[in-house]
Amino acid sequence: MKIYKKTLVRDLKMALRNPSSFLNPLLFFVIAISLFPLAISPETHTLSNIGPGVIWVTCMLSVLLSLNALFHYDYDNGVLEQMVISPYSLSLMLLAKITAHWLLTGLPIILLSPLMGMALFLDIDSIYILMLTLLLATPSLSLIGAIGASLIVGVKNSGMLLSLLTLPLYIPILIFATSAVSQAQFDLSISGQLYFLATILLISLMTSPFVSAIALKISLE
Amino acid sequence: MSRLIVNDLSCQRGYNELFDNLSFELSPGEILRISGANGSGKTSLLKILAGISPGESGNVTFNNNPTGSIAYQSDIFYLGHLPALSPELHCKENLDYLTQLNGNNTGRLVDDALANIGLKNYKYEYAANLSAGQKRRVVLAALFVTQAKIWLLDEPFTALDADGIKSLENQITTHCENGGLCILTTHQDSKLPNLRTLAL
Repeated sequence: MKIYKKTLVRDLKMALRNPSSFLNPLLFFVIAISLFPLAISPETHTLSNIGPGVIWVTCMLSVLLSLNALFHYDYDNGVLEQMVISPYSLSLMLLAKITAHWLLTGLPIILLSPLMGMALFLDIDSIYILMLTLLLATPSLSLIGAIGASLIVGVKNSGMLLSLLTLPLYIPILIFATSAVSQAQFDLSISGQLYFLATILLISLMTSPFVSAIALKISLE
Repeated sequence: MSRLIVNDLSCQRGYNELFDNLSFELSPGEILRISGANGSGKTSLLKILAGISPGESGNVTFNNNPTGSIAYQSDIFYLGHLPALSPELHCKENLDYLTQLNGNNTGRLVDDALANIGLKNYKYEYAANLSAGQKRRVVLAALFVTQAKIWLLDEPFTALDADGIKSLENQITTHCENGGLCILTTHQDSKLPNLRTLAL
């Protein structure tokens, strides 16, 4: 457990000393969303209709944008090699790295989402549901993304490959999350969607660190 | 008796077979220098010994523990071509994390290790600001901290100055006098005692 804490603190420290690494995806999130009212229509009704979808798609893309860096630097300078040969559990270290990734992208996105929701004229209840879906699903985005990132570590110019690997796995999350928010706008029950998101979170939490560890070991051979 | 036993190892990279049916044993106190031309598989051999990549066939054991087992992995310290330092962290943090990964639970002082290699004043210097030789020294400082019995050093003398080479040689000698093992690759001639050479 000590190595989990050490790795988490190390990753957070490194990110805070090089803020552009995690600020870029967040900036992308804010800018992309704020362009929609300009491009489509500033009308309240239209925007509140497309709002949940826009916020969710942009959230997904900005997480995707940040995934490339998840293992890249540690691979380049050889720290990843040392992690693989360490007597401690590689999965635990990877879980720490994934936690750090979520704290630096998922969490800020959740915190920014009410602001973005208001910009797209979502009502308070929808914003509340939006935040709930983000809270349930952004950890899954980081966890599933880690599998993709560990598979492409060491491959040059792999951004496109990463999207191809990861996006199909993100689709179910996107469908359940956006349908939860838009159903809530019509006062329909959304517990089904939330349960699905929670299930996806649990499954990815249980499998992702192990699968990523195996993929990383294969990539480093 | 704790011996490192390498049995029938073979390794292939791309279409080329680098070595095959490689077997040797190493007892405590011995230093093995792996020599060979560029591309003869020195680094690949060290990576197999470190447990990073499995060979095509064969196995490696120390104290009957195979590579990949927790006992084996805590017995080795591997230093590759890459510095294993993160530019955003300062020397002390880097060294602290590196030795932590290696299983340093003894609380041995990283500060002392940095002083030993003459980088005391660089404790809070970011690794990004160090020269190639200094980076090497910081990583080698981990040797003062680690409890590992087997040192696997890939070209450890690269980028070091004359003083640095001498003190590293002393360090290796002391380690082996205390019952440690060391396997290293180098193109330089070395005056280490108890040195065996394995040509690939």
